[in-house]
Amino acid sequence: MSEHIDADVVAGNGLLDRRLFLRQGGLFGIVGLAGLGAYAKPVEAETLMVPEWSKTPGAWVGGYTLPSKFETKVARTPFPAGPYNGIGPGSARAPLQFLDGMITPNGVHYERSHNGIPDINPDTHRLLIHGLVKRPLTFTVESLSRYPMTSRIAFVECAGNSGALYADKPAEGTAQTLHGLVSCAEWTGVPLAMLLEEAGVDPAAKWLVAEGADAAAMSRSVPLAKALDDAIVALYQNGERVRPANGYPMRLLLPGFQGNMNVKWLRRIKLLREPAMTKDETSKYSLLLKEGKVAQFNFPLDAKSVITKPSPGVNMTAPGLYEISGIAWSGNGKISKVEVSADGGKSWAPAALSEPVLSKAITRFRIPWRWSGGPAILQSRAIDETGYVQPSREQQIVARGSRAAYHCNLITSWGISDQGEVKHVYA
Amino acid sequence: MSTLKITCAFAAALVAGSVMAAESPNLGQPITEKEAAAWDLSTDATGFNLPPGKGTVKQGEEIFYNKCQACHGEKGVGTPGDKLAGGKGTLMGDQAPVKTVGSYWPYATTLFDYVRRAMPLTEPQSLTNNEVYALSAYVLYLNELVPANATMDAKSLPKVKMPNRGNFTIVYPGKIP
Repeated sequence: MSEHIDADVVAGNGLLDRRLFLRQGGLFGIVGLAGLGAYAKPVEAETLMVPEWSKTPGAWVGGYTLPSKFETKVARTPFPAGPYNGIGPGSARAPLQFLDGMITPNGVHYERSHNGIPDINPDTHRLLIHGLVKRPLTFTVESLSRYPMTSRIAFVECAGNSGALYADKPAEGTAQTLHGLVSCAEWTGVPLAMLLEEAGVDPAAKWLVAEGADAAAMSRSVPLAKALDDAIVALYQNGERVRPANGYPMRLLLPGFQGNMNVKWLRRIKLLREPAMTKDETSKYSLLLKEGKVAQFNFPLDAKSVITKPSPGVNMTAPGLYEISGIAWSGNGKISKVEVSADGGKSWAPAALSEPVLSKAITRFRIPWRWSGGPAILQSRAIDETGYVQPSREQQIVARGSRAAYHCNLITSWGISDQGEVKHVYA
Repeated sequence: MSTLKITCAFAAALVAGSVMAAESPNLGQPITEKEAAAWDLSTDATGFNLPPGKGTVKQGEEIFYNKCQACHGEKGVGTPGDKLAGGKGTLMGDQAPVKTVGSYWPYATTLFDYVRRAMPLTEPQSLTNNEVYALSAYVLYLNELVPANATMDAKSLPKVKMPNRGNFTIVYPGKIP
């Protein structure tokens, strides 16, 4: 049996062929798993009892339901209320290590806001399109709901996500606290191009400024070319109306671009010759590179990946067969490959990508791993359809310095102790 | 997934539609720029669309004391709100950068744009244009970018020379490595 197992080893420290689990139905799989079972701690047999919930009628049906009460750990980590007594800027990170698949449930989709979540009445909300257009127009939520809709599964990621990994020493944290400012949903709404066409774009327009109806009137300049390409005025998130924290009753969706530009509570679009040079596109969300140079308007989020299982807080137990699983995404197209290392980047093996693999969406990857019970360093690196390879920490720091704050997409390392505890490390 | 492909194809057709003039329900309600003026908070680095009004450093100092200092500290030294002044020279080397209006911001017009739309935190859009010009003047003065007797208005504000402007490069449509 051990020869069968060894035949499936594809990289150092026990990484196994990504197709191993797919073969489980066959004879090989049964034999293979029996062999692997030898690494697991023996579990004492238990006598099955009929549980209480099988002997009494269950709860009555609900209107809008919540997850099981046993799943309360699956929650966002709201940024501390801070110095302003719970008002002002805030963020809440998605519990990546407790989710699986590619979609983030609406209740735990990450959020970032600059002066709270406005309580908008959809009946009185308006979207204004003006500036360099032939006909300035306003739209109600009701009128937009009559337009032909388009649906797209797309990730949204804050440009500040993973920024802690620029630091000289590895920050303590989990997949959630280090990387939880990314989420992925199916967004449905009206293509912005259709509304712009109705307003009649003046050929002099090259940019637009998008503005929210929140108390920060958060605003960002967007190239007109992006607006005409794949921008959506999103009304629905995973089938239901966009959640308040994500822009109810409507948000701008700019697939692949910095999260901050996907303006929530969208109330105004003004077409301009030049960018507006707002606070959030000059003093924030610009990258301080080496020798004091600053990169402004660096819009797409490059390919990135992170292993969510195992990860800090989702520790290993006994030696044996595990599935390593994680998420990968790119603001420049589809993920074409994810490679995983169990020996700190010395050797790599390709992971299986779960379908569907969509452009500018989260892609789930998986690879079997036989943990020997010894120390290991797990890493993943994403490669997208443009050929871009997620950089090592060293490569990114050499290219940018360590003070860029935003767009950090270097390879994350999870160190595993011989006790199975998982910690963020640099390797 | 076929539905998704169809809708994506539809979106692509819509983009192409700027040439073909796609069908639309045409439910946008016409409005004049004058009717939309209360919402039009945008300006740019050239001072485009800056409103009438003016304010002095002296006036700004008083407004700052009453409405800003609780968060931004005396003379804008910061905490809990952003540090607004100082930080000169901290963008070089490996030191922790102190990004303030004077050390980092590339355009003075951004100050007006942001304060008008978002400050003070507890009462956004409550300041008059004169007050916003005055606060802009005072914060620029704290950074030694305008003299103590300066007045800011739609003409003078865009002309203020920001020391870090030359370090900013627009990378779109490209991206950094």
